[in-house]
Amino acid sequence: MTAHPETVDALIIGAGPAGLSAATELRRQGGGQVVVLEREATAGGIPRHCLHSPYGLREWKRLMFGPAYAKRLVQEAKGAGVEIRCQTTVTALHPGGEVDVSAPDGPRRIRGRVVLLALGARETPRAARLIGGTKPGGVMNTATLQSFAAFSKHRPFHRPVILGTELVAFSALLTCRTLGARPVAMLEPGPEITARGVFAAAPRALGVPLYRNTRITAIHGRAQVDGITVESNGVQRDIACDGVVVTGGFRPENALLRAAGLALDPGSLGPRIDQYGRLTDPAYFSAGNVLHPIETAGWCWEEGRRVARCMAAALNGALPPRDTAEPLAVDGVTQGDALAYALPQELCAPAPQVPPAFDRVQMRLRQPFSGQVRVAGQSHWIASRPERRITLPLHPTPEAE
Amino acid sequence: MTQPVQTYDIAVIGAGVIGCAIARRLTLDGARVVVLEKAADILDGASKANSAILHTGFDAPEGSLELACVQEGYREYEALHAQFNLPLDRCGALVLAWSAEQEARLPALMEQARANAVSDVVPLTRTETLALEPNLNPDVRAAFRVPRESLIDPWSAPHAYLLQALLNGGTLKRNCAVSGGSFDGAIWTLDTTKGPLRARHVVNAAGLYGDRIDAALLGQTQFTIRPRKGQFVVFDKMAAGLARHILLPVPTATTKGIVVCRTVWGNLLVGPTAEEQDDRETAGLEAETLRMLHAKGAEILPALAQEEVTSIYAGLRPACEHKDYQIRAHAGRNMVTVGAIRSTGLSSALGTAAHVARLLQGQGHAPAPLSAPQVPRMAMLAEEGARDWQASGNDGMLCHCERVTWREVRAALDDPLAPKTLAGLKRRTRATMGRCQGFYCGQAVQDLLAESTDA
Repeated sequence: MTAHPETVDALIIGAGPAGLSAATELRRQGGGQVVVLEREATAGGIPRHCLHSPYGLREWKRLMFGPAYAKRLVQEAKGAGVEIRCQTTVTALHPGGEVDVSAPDGPRRIRGRVVLLALGARETPRAARLIGGTKPGGVMNTATLQSFAAFSKHRPFHRPVILGTELVAFSALLTCRTLGARPVAMLEPGPEITARGVFAAAPRALGVPLYRNTRITAIHGRAQVDGITVESNGVQRDIACDGVVVTGGFRPENALLRAAGLALDPGSLGPRIDQYGRLTDPAYFSAGNVLHPIETAGWCWEEGRRVARCMAAALNGALPPRDTAEPLAVDGVTQGDALAYALPQELCAPAPQVPPAFDRVQMRLRQPFSGQVRVAGQSHWIASRPERRITLPLHPTPEAE
Repeated sequence: MTQPVQTYDIAVIGAGVIGCAIARRLTLDGARVVVLEKAADILDGASKANSAILHTGFDAPEGSLELACVQEGYREYEALHAQFNLPLDRCGALVLAWSAEQEARLPALMEQARANAVSDVVPLTRTETLALEPNLNPDVRAAFRVPRESLIDPWSAPHAYLLQALLNGGTLKRNCAVSGGSFDGAIWTLDTTKGPLRARHVVNAAGLYGDRIDAALLGQTQFTIRPRKGQFVVFDKMAAGLARHILLPVPTATTKGIVVCRTVWGNLLVGPTAEEQDDRETAGLEAETLRMLHAKGAEILPALAQEEVTSIYAGLRPACEHKDYQIRAHAGRNMVTVGAIRSTGLSSALGTAAHVARLLQGQGHAPAPLSAPQVPRMAMLAEEGARDWQASGNDGMLCHCERVTWREVRAALDDPLAPKTLAGLKRRTRATMGRCQGFYCGQAVQDLLAESTDA
C-alpha cells in the first residue's frame, strides 16, 4: 500500500481569474488550507498575456491591462494565505477529490476535501476547423500570438490575416499592433460580425479590410505562410500574407473531465453542475470558462467567488445531497437546436442558508431566436443572437416541488 | 598542413527512413558513411507522414522484393527495439469485410497471408469480431485477425537508426542537395550545394526524387516517380479507446485502403487517401477530403462521429509505374538505387538496408563489422513506456496535451541530430501536436527552437 496522499481542505486546479478569486474567497471564508495547482510556470491565467484593457473594473473599479491584473489576482491570493504551486500539472481526477499531479520532482497524488476545476477554455485550432492547404509556420490561435507579444522577442509574422470576429479577434488585432505587425485582412465566414456593435468599426479605424461571408479554403507556404486562398460567395481568390491568426471558437479544456468520466453538457462541452457549482461527483466544483466558453475575466472572477462560498458551505456540511438534483427544465427554444446550453444544468433541493452560486440561468444560442421560453417553470421573453450571454432569474425551487 | 580531400566509403543520398537505416547498416558494417539530405531536417520527404504501422507483409505480393524486405525489417526491428528504447505495440490488425463481396474475398486474403509465411492469421465471425472490438459498427460481416501487425513510432525509429550511424563515425550533411556527379571507375565525385564530395560507392535513397537522382548520376532511370498523396485526420486520446486493433479494409488493386488505428502516442488516426499527383513537394490538405475521412472513420467506429478532429496531415508516397520496389545495383558504377519504396518503407527499412548492404558487397565493398558499436537510447514518447513527465527532475511540463517536459525538449535540441525546424522538433518531441495545437505552449516551443538555432 502507498501512503495516504497529502490532503488539503480545498484544492483549486487552475490559477486564472476564476481559480484565484475562488482561492482568495475560500481563505476569507475560513476555508482552511487552500492550495492552487497551476501547470504554467506563472500564475494568472490568460490575462498574463493580454496586453490591453479592460481588466479590473468589476473587481477593483480600476482600468487595468491584463498582466497587471493577473499580478494583482496573485497578490490578493497570496495575501489571503493561499498556497500556489506552479509547474504542477494535474494528469488525472479520481472519485472523491483525489487528483494525480506531475511536477518537476515527479508524480504524486493530492486530495482536496473539496476541489475546484477552474480549467479554462481554449480556441479551436486550424486543424479542428479542417482548413486545407499546407502546414507552414505562422498559423496560430490568438493566445499564442498574445504570448509572443508578452513573453518573446521573436515575431511570428508581419502581415497576418485574422480569421473570425468574436471579441478575441479584436484582441488579436490590437496585439498585432503591439507586435508591429500589420494585418492585411480580417475574415468572417458568416454574414455578420460576431462581437457587439462598437467593435465592427475597429478594423476600419485601424485600416484593416473586413470581409464577411469569407472563409479560408487553403493555407499556402512551406516553412512560413506565403498566402491563403479564400472563398466568398462561390468565388475564390488569393490573399498574400505571412501568417494566419485563427481566433475564437472557444471550447472548455475538458480532457481531464472526460477521462474521469464526469458528466459533460453536450452543448457547452463543460461539466454538468448544480446551482452550487457542483459536478456529479460532489467533491468537485467548477467555475469560470470551463463552464461557458467564453466570458470576461471579471465574470469568471465573480463566479469563482460565488462558487467558493458554496465550497466553504460544503466543507461545513451545509449543502444538500448532490443526488437530489433534477435536470433544469428549458422549453420553448423551438427553432431546431437553437439552444446551445443553459447552466446550471441541474437543480438540487435548495439549502435555505446557502445562497446558490448560480441564482440566474446562463444561456447561449446557436442560432438567432426570439420568443417565449420556459425555464424552471417560469416564462420569459428572449431575443438574442448566437454567442451572446442570456441570463434569466432562477427560482431556487425545482419545478417538481 | 592541408588535409587531403576526404573520401567516404559510401555516400547515401536522402535521409528518409530508408537512408537512415542504410546509413546505420553500412556504418555497423565498418564503412565510413556520409548521408546527404537536401532539406534542413531529416525525414522531410515521404517519411514525414505515414500510418505508423509495422507490417508483417501478410498482404504483400507473393515473392516480391517488398515482401522480403518487410519481413527482414520486421524481424530486425523486433530484435533491436528494446535495446534502443523504441516502442512496439503488438496490437494486431483486423481485416474487416463490410459486404458479401468483401466477405467472399477473405479466404483468399488469408491464403495469401499464409503463402507469405504469416501463418498465424485467424478467421473471425461477426460475433467474434464485435467481441474483440465492441465499438465497431455492428454492420461488420466477418474479419480475420493478423496478430503480429504492430504500431511503432515512425520518427523515433529512423532517428535511432541515423543516430547510431552518427555515434559510430557516420556523417550527416543537411541542406546538401546533389545535382550531379561523375564516376572515374573507382571514386564518385558528387556535385552538391555544399561543394564536391568524394565517395567510393553511392546509394540513391532519394525517395520522391529517386528517379531524378538516377538521371543526374547515371544519365537514365528505370522508373518514374508518380507521387501518391495520402491525407489523414487524427483524433484525441479519448478516441483511442474506441479501437484496440489496427482496423483495415479489404484492399483494392490500387490501395490498402483507409485504415483506422491508434498511434503509439495514444491518439487515433484515419487515413490515408491515395491520390496521384505531379507535385513532389506539396502534400495539400483538402477540407472536403478531411470531412470524408472523418465520416469514413465514423462509419467504422460510430462513436467517432461525436469526436473532434485534433490534427490533420498529408504525405506523399514515392510510387511509380512498377508494383514492386525498384532496388538495383548498377554494374560497373559502384552505385545502388533504392527506389519506389512506396508505402511500406517504415516496416521494411532495416530489411531494405540489409539487402542494400549485400548488393554493395557484390560491388566489391568489403564489410568489416564494428566489434562493439554504440547504441543510442531514445526518449520514450509512447504511452506504453515510462514517460519523462512521470520521472523526477523533468523541469515541468511544457506541452500539456501530449505531456512533453521541458527536459525532453531541451534534450532534443541538444542532440547530435538536433532539429532545425519546428516540424523537426515536433517529430522528435511531439510538443504542440496535441488537442490544443500550440495554443498554450506554441510560443515557448518556438522560442526554445529559435534560441537553439541562433546559437
